[in-house]
Amino acid sequence: MADQFPAILVLAPLFGALLLGLVGDRDHRLCLPVVAASLGTSLYAAVGLLRRVLAEGPVNYFLGGWEEPLGIGIVLRADSMNTPVLVLVAAVALLVACFSRRPAGARDSEKSPQYYTLFLLLCTALFGITITADAFNLFVLVEVSALSSYGLVAIGSSRRCKIAALNYLIMGTVGASFYLLGTGYLYLSVGSLSMPDIQTILASNEAAASSRAVRTAFVLMLVGIWIKMAFFPLYGWLPNAYSYCPSATSSLLAPLMTKVSVYVMVRVMTGVFGLDWIFGHLGWNHLVVWFAVVAILAGSILALAQRELKKMLCYLIVAEVGYMVGGAWLGDAGSWGLTGALYHILADGLMTLTLFLAAGIFAKRLGAIEIGDLSGLFRKMPLVSVGFVVAGLAMIGVPPTCGFFSKFYLIRGGIESGQWGYVVALLVSSLVNAVLFFRIFEIAHFGKNPPEGHAHHGESEGEGHEAAIARVAVPAHALAPLLLAAAGIVLLGVFNGPVVDFLRESLPAASAAAPAP
Amino acid sequence: MAEFLWKTIGHHFNFWVYIVLLMLGLWATIAKNNLVKKLMGLSIFQSAIILLYVSIGTKEGATIPILDHHGHIPSESHHADVGPEIAAHGVANPLPHVLMLTAIVVGVATLGVALSLVQAIYRDFGTVEEDELLREIKSLHPDG
Repeated sequence: MADQFPAILVLAPLFGALLLGLVGDRDHRLCLPVVAASLGTSLYAAVGLLRRVLAEGPVNYFLGGWEEPLGIGIVLRADSMNTPVLVLVAAVALLVACFSRRPAGARDSEKSPQYYTLFLLLCTALFGITITADAFNLFVLVEVSALSSYGLVAIGSSRRCKIAALNYLIMGTVGASFYLLGTGYLYLSVGSLSMPDIQTILASNEAAASSRAVRTAFVLMLVGIWIKMAFFPLYGWLPNAYSYCPSATSSLLAPLMTKVSVYVMVRVMTGVFGLDWIFGHLGWNHLVVWFAVVAILAGSILALAQRELKKMLCYLIVAEVGYMVGGAWLGDAGSWGLTGALYHILADGLMTLTLFLAAGIFAKRLGAIEIGDLSGLFRKMPLVSVGFVVAGLAMIGVPPTCGFFSKFYLIRGGIESGQWGYVVALLVSSLVNAVLFFRIFEIAHFGKNPPEGHAHHGESEGEGHEAAIARVAVPAHALAPLLLAAAGIVLLGVFNGPVVDFLRESLPAASAAAPAP
Repeated sequence: MAEFLWKTIGHHFNFWVYIVLLMLGLWATIAKNNLVKKLMGLSIFQSAIILLYVSIGTKEGATIPILDHHGHIPSESHHADVGPEIAAHGVANPLPHVLMLTAIVVGVATLGVALSLVQAIYRDFGTVEEDELLREIKSLHPDG
């Protein structure tokens, strides 16, 4: 059983999706149990895999017993870099499934079997992207995840979500095609698609490593992944797609899609081309770090200009992607930037999840789309506010939340590599986040009473509060995921030492350097 | 001159065609105003990449990589005594072609999703011209 965890992890949601496609239409009440069962199985397998990697080191799994590098096998590889991401994906998906209990396509619940089928297919693909060790399978899985997410965005009831989904589709397909083209050039040069194999060939074959075709391959793959992760200025598809889709969709896509793409970039850098090749042969780290600086500043400034909460969060994602790209490309001797980027994948996943879940609850229970609508929030929804504030503080970088520690590692990498522009950009972005979130907190705490008829349908439980601000009841299935995610933010921050030590096991340069503080 | 052209273009004819198609597709995807034309561009763009992969796998004078029960290539009976390893130069590389089967399926699925989205947009807005859609959206949300 434990030997089969890598396969179970990927196949459980796939079979769940097939089952829902077959029987979901008969009885809609089947949807959620099937989703919960398959994602629960995946979470169990992911945690089991994590424990196995902790005990034994990297695990290779050959589907069907076809060992590499025959080129036809499907190789899954779990190591200390991707198992935390697998656990994150499984946990986030399970929480969002719980959050989305009744809702699916907003107004028409007859779409819920289709919605959950896409939901599970997306999870399958995300697990696959994270665990695969084959450059071409990665492309296929990226496209499976993208196709499911186009559907999940387009299923919303707003008219604009269709246009947003089409835009997303066009940019996403161009991105994936660039990646495929790069893979083609790479295959042409080294004759292999297996990631460890390519790395061995590039390390041993100087002619291939310094060829222009390999450089072209790398640039094409990188640009493709950058489009997928919405790296500034390739972010155009993200804000509309994430803000016009149903809240369950945005809380699933926003924490996972961009973060998994960042993981793909790190994997391509460390696991396919190798850090020696990137920082030795290519030597573009300064340029890319400056791109990241621009991304961080632009994302922060654009976030400041937004009036809608979800749009603001979307631009914050653009800034956070800048953090991770910059961190991964710092190239400091101790790999602290890369460590910070990997840690931030986990941290940002949890923060974004909490914020988008909160935004979904605000939109549904309060009808609050714009930041100005949130007045009196702290009294109306004290528990939701706790989660929202924790996530906000994490975005600013207040200890002991994980946001503080990821910034700490990223800044340490920036200082050690002498990239002062990046350090300044991180600090400026923290300041902007502080302005953004304290503005919201101020409105939520001191803001005037909302205008009449503004969603007071919740039960009034206020004891000792002014009559004008009644508490708005939030059902447990929406509240619990939010609070769990917020607890995750704090726990990931408190236990940052062991997590970081574990992540660093897979980084070649880091294993020799000093351990985490 | 003719010899130069033959050397640069004739020998790599597939690759030149692939680049022309790639640029054509990308241009149409970006510049066309009609959503269906954009999708046509996207399809051309994807097909160009498929052409590149297929060109990688072929070899001049090579045959299809199918072995008979004895491990020989049926059409090349004179290789019968040397075995399949030696005959590798005589067969096309099947891997890129197999990969492209998957990529074609991905492309078809993408196009299907995209066309159904365009249909939904047409139902909602009554147009598939991008500038008209933008005007429509502006009139819905005058402030942004």
